[in-house]
Amino acid sequence: MARVHNYKRDLFDNLLKQAISAMIHAKISPPSDDKRWKIVEATMRRQGYVPSTLIEALHSIQEAFGFLDDAALRYVSAALRVPPSRVYGVATFYHFFTMRPPGRHTCVVCTGTACYIKGAPALLKAIENNFGIKQGETTPDGELSLLTARCIGSCSLAPAAVFDGQVGGKLEPAAMLERIERLQK
Amino acid sequence: MTREELDAAVVTEQERSQSFRHHVDVCIAAGCLSSQSEVVLNSLRTEIRERGLEKECALRGVGCMGLCKAGPLVALDGQAVMYQTVAPADAPEIIESLDTAPVERLVCPVNMPFFNRQTRIALENSGQIDPERIEEYIARGGYSALAEALAELTPAQVVERITASGLRGRGGAGYPTGLKWSTVVKAPGSQKYVICNADEGDPGAFMDRSVLESDPHRLLEGMAIAGYAVGAEQGYIYVRAEYPLAIKRLKTAIRQAVRADVLGTTIMGSRFNFQVDLRIGAGAFVCGEETALIASIEGGRGLPRLRPPYPAEYGLWGKPTLINNVETFASVPVILRKGSEWFAGIGTGKSKGTKVFALAGAVQNTGLVEVPMGITLREIVFDIGGGIPGGKRFKAVQTGGPSGGCIPEAYLDQPVDFETLAQLGSIMGSGGMIVMDETSCMVDVARYFMDFCRTESCGKCVPCRVGTVHMHNLLTKISEGQATLDDLAMLEELCDLVRHTSLCGLGQSAPNPVMSTLRYFRDEYLAHIQDKRCPAGVCHIAPEVTA
Repeated sequence: MARVHNYKRDLFDNLLKQAISAMIHAKISPPSDDKRWKIVEATMRRQGYVPSTLIEALHSIQEAFGFLDDAALRYVSAALRVPPSRVYGVATFYHFFTMRPPGRHTCVVCTGTACYIKGAPALLKAIENNFGIKQGETTPDGELSLLTARCIGSCSLAPAAVFDGQVGGKLEPAAMLERIERLQK
Repeated sequence: MTREELDAAVVTEQERSQSFRHHVDVCIAAGCLSSQSEVVLNSLRTEIRERGLEKECALRGVGCMGLCKAGPLVALDGQAVMYQTVAPADAPEIIESLDTAPVERLVCPVNMPFFNRQTRIALENSGQIDPERIEEYIARGGYSALAEALAELTPAQVVERITASGLRGRGGAGYPTGLKWSTVVKAPGSQKYVICNADEGDPGAFMDRSVLESDPHRLLEGMAIAGYAVGAEQGYIYVRAEYPLAIKRLKTAIRQAVRADVLGTTIMGSRFNFQVDLRIGAGAFVCGEETALIASIEGGRGLPRLRPPYPAEYGLWGKPTLINNVETFASVPVILRKGSEWFAGIGTGKSKGTKVFALAGAVQNTGLVEVPMGITLREIVFDIGGGIPGGKRFKAVQTGGPSGGCIPEAYLDQPVDFETLAQLGSIMGSGGMIVMDETSCMVDVARYFMDFCRTESCGKCVPCRVGTVHMHNLLTKISEGQATLDDLAMLEELCDLVRHTSLCGLGQSAPNPVMSTLRYFRDEYLAHIQDKRCPAGVCHIAPEVTA
């Protein structure tokens, strides 16, 4: 008898939970009607809106939009039922997440050990002299962002940099500047 | 897939492979890809199609062949001939010469020490198979160890075999793998987890990435065997977001493995279930520390916590969790296949087997090498690595990344194993090995690593958060020629303090690069402080203003 009772209670609890969760998610809509939110929503749905999948949700937003803004963080916080403070904490803790929109083109200079001893500092200096931006900055016209990476694993090609996703190796400052100029054309 | 089906699959694949007269393999791992190997692959494909040789000549992309500096690499007929720095325009000549003598100007000698001094265990399939086809992994004996374990061995026997092999964790610390597994087995609770640490954060280390990109199924098989041994049904691979290609190939591999019934439920007709999910990191070095990694999988900030309790007893979601490195899991299937004695026969007394190193920096042959433990540093740098380019003098070899140290020339004849490297003030680490010549300044190198630790400190404990910043300030002061001997004394005191009072491995090992350079290159520090000059000419020291 007791077992039947427990079974019924479990069933009821589960139904209640599902109903509440459905109500919550029905009310939470993305910050805008941009189509890219559909991808983010799909990712969260596939993961069952579990709070521990926060990092996956943030990855999908950054992949779709290029960066995370306030509205996006609030939306994820509501959808996954994670306090906004924790979402903000996670978004700012990890280097991979950025809260500023990137430039039209990006140049990621690798500053791993091999690249460092083979001249990465000179590459950074050359970009600073030429474009007036330091690591993590974007030119005022929004054309170029300069980022650094801890190590892209192309140590045999040191010093290396990534231009809009394309790795370039054994770089000299002049060759690197030329590649950046080619990007902008 | 049953064992019979597995054996049948091996035969089918071998027959398929033998039906071709020629095999052309192009490296499509990250190193060669960044030198446009995909374009080379496409132009070879076009060439083969135009000549109507599709039935005679098998063209495929394979994993890393090791010699990354000479990419893109192309191998013919099972690496009988290798071509280096191949350009797309070379395609016609390569196909033309398949039945005649090889193209002289492209040939990369396959009998050089770089290739024949290696012993390949974790990398045994790397460069030999197409990482995106499970059939090729199976044809080389893949998943037979898992089949054998499930059909013939009890979980306890699997743990026994791993213990007997003497395998030690390849993530850096060298904890005995068998002991770790048996701790997880003994931990109470029915829910357990297996985690693969693929958060290879050390700058200058790309061994794990190569395994993930070149032979992803090996990792899955190793994890499934581990899951069977410790009684876990769920595995996670925590991989860096910086390795998009590795993530893509892992996803493909997991999908194929589930379809082939070597992952999922009731694997190979047994009662064992095992599922593997990916968790993508987000760029935090500290997440390589196991408790921080667990915090990150749980969806929070990657903050480490005090140990004990160790994850083996209290890990993911508070359940007993087995965490091993990629290379450790990659060694597991071979150990079961070839036997514990075979594995224990390679290496030294306490360090068994082989270790993969990512050789980079001021050395001729940069790339990936797998060598038996106990080999000397000189053999790695000068024989396999081919020595220092440009006639420069060797100065130091850096192992273990930001947690390791610099080893000078005097100790080049020491054997490479866990204990010796620790005695020398460095660590085995995950396997990054950066060679430095006379143009590198040791103070600058120490400052570089401290800058790394300073930015990567998670900020949870004070010694690491504050100590690394102050050590960095002092090192900057020294490199600028502004420091006094008191500053040097303060630096040494801080090293001692941060090392002994930090919460996790990141802080505890952060002073290593400073301490090891102080130990072997103290004269360089003194030159900066007393003579106001940088012997290597790297640091910018402003000339003193005399009043």
